[in-house]
Amino acid sequence: MSAREEILAKIGKAVAGAEDVEIPRDYRTTQQVEDLVGLFAERVDDYRAIVHVLPAAEVPAKIDELVAGRRMIRPGGEGWEDLNTADGVVTSCAVAVAETGTIVLDHGPGQGTRAQTLVPDYHLCVVRADQIVSCVPEAIARLDPARPLTWISGPSATSDIELNRVEGVHGPRTLEVIIST
Amino acid sequence: MSATFLGMPGSFPKNAEKAVQNSQLRYNLRKATHTIRGKRASVVGELPDWQELRAAGKAIKDHTLRNLDRYLVQMEEAVTRAGGTVHWARDAAEANRIVTDLVKATGETEVVKVKSMATQEIDLNQALAAEGITAYETDLAELIVQLGDDFPSHILVPAIHRNRSEIREIFLDKMPKVPENLTDDPPALAEAARLHLRERFLKSKVAISGANFMVAESGTLVVLESEGNGRMCLTLPQTLISVVGIEKLLPSWRDLEVFLQLLPRSSTGERMNPYTSMWTGAVEGQEFHLVLLDNGRTDVLADEVGRQALRCIRCSACLNVCPVYERAGGHAYGSVYPGPIGAILTPQLRGMGSDLDASLPYASSLCGACYEVCPVAIDIPEVLVDLRAKAPHAAAERAGMKVAGWIFNDHTRLAKAQRAAIRLRKLVPKRLPGPLSAWTDTRDIPDIPEESFRDWWERNERA
Repeated sequence: MSAREEILAKIGKAVAGAEDVEIPRDYRTTQQVEDLVGLFAERVDDYRAIVHVLPAAEVPAKIDELVAGRRMIRPGGEGWEDLNTADGVVTSCAVAVAETGTIVLDHGPGQGTRAQTLVPDYHLCVVRADQIVSCVPEAIARLDPARPLTWISGPSATSDIELNRVEGVHGPRTLEVIIST
Repeated sequence: MSATFLGMPGSFPKNAEKAVQNSQLRYNLRKATHTIRGKRASVVGELPDWQELRAAGKAIKDHTLRNLDRYLVQMEEAVTRAGGTVHWARDAAEANRIVTDLVKATGETEVVKVKSMATQEIDLNQALAAEGITAYETDLAELIVQLGDDFPSHILVPAIHRNRSEIREIFLDKMPKVPENLTDDPPALAEAARLHLRERFLKSKVAISGANFMVAESGTLVVLESEGNGRMCLTLPQTLISVVGIEKLLPSWRDLEVFLQLLPRSSTGERMNPYTSMWTGAVEGQEFHLVLLDNGRTDVLADEVGRQALRCIRCSACLNVCPVYERAGGHAYGSVYPGPIGAILTPQLRGMGSDLDASLPYASSLCGACYEVCPVAIDIPEVLVDLRAKAPHAAAERAGMKVAGWIFNDHTRLAKAQRAAIRLRKLVPKRLPGPLSAWTDTRDIPDIPEESFRDWWERNERA
């Protein structure tokens, strides 16, 4: 018998006669948040990322200001090409979660490959206000599992030394977020 | 290279007795577990629906386990459809052979690894080393353990038993090209690890990972991490091999909405961990292999009481609140799964053939703190008690229990035995002699009263 057949047969035997289980979903699948942008900005800031809230019209100028003098990868635009010598990357995102201060990339247009948002030390991410949802269940509902997804909550960090969070290990050590309203 | 846990000698009481005499270890553990306890309590307290999430998490896992065969086949189909290859492994040896052959087929002799409990459980690094393949751990704590030629002592933070100055010593001693003026400031230590591994990430062709979850409906694998070493390993190498226990499955995409709330808050005490990667099959031109690992899990599944241990999502909240773990530390458990969850998982996965494994169900005061914090509501005390009944007991103990059972089974026998004990009460020593002293070393013999309650009742109330 192959390993596959043997494992499946053992499972069948182990659970034979056991009752199935109903899944109660009494938890919140949405939340009423008066100021989604404000909550998201506060929670991102909690991770020691840098946050700006700006009207959409002012965003391009702000980006130019922030990336001046940096070799920036600009997915979908004219930018630095070489991954290993780039200083940073500027991307959009797929969805953002206010409650947890999380940005999710699905690596669609404007979001680059997974490596492009990982290897450079600086990540500048532009989040549109309408991309912010209240909580995790709302984000899951908006995302497509067929795409590779990267959930980012603050800069790279570790809790491995005495269980305290320390920013800055292998991923980008600086995360800067512009919320475009 | 960290040595193997399998066949570790000793028993939990003996190991713990040694560990509690190490005051540095006790200090480190107390500091770390108390820090994380506070953080967890505060972020869990933020969610008014925590108990509802917990109930959903428990039920999703139970439903998955009940239908595990069906969902595994669904997972296999989804991964295959998305360009991945699925392998099945009955035990550690089979899984190690599959992974070794896959690495050999690439022609590489070095691989990078994302922290994975499953690959530790099967001792993959040792198996690869035996075939001339070097596995580099990339998680900071795993790196500390690997460089220090040490054992992991915690599920989430394998180097929890080390404080910052000990970590600095290990880095200075074992890390090539480490700056001589390295301080014990945690950001400086993290920076040293970053420099140490950067080049390796960029040149490695093969990576090995585990997974926190797999979604049967979509074939998606999910890895939660903090440092970005996971993203490096999952993204940059040409070939990715993921070794995942069969119980890591979730039926539907939607189920992640529950576990992405339960896991980060329970494990690192954060609203969300810095990075979570999700991928389905072969992505961005990578080659992807999924190794589905049984290694004793189907045996655990067959046990009606013990199977709830398979709900575990390896958050380690139970370790952080356990009074026994806090004092004895992770090494005393002699397994990659320490703490309360280890005390019920290890004896079930490995059986209770060794002294160590048979002693694990007793590595608890049954206080129940572990059950209270468990995000999937595993009733660890219930399983511990059940395992204690199943554990092998010495012939003298079995005989004693048999006699006690015979006496307690009949009230006239009990009364006679009590009166006999009262007549001999002056002769009972404070400490029992010979092998029986094992009992009185840690317990007092209760004083035998001058009169039994039953006799007192007879005299006072009946009259």
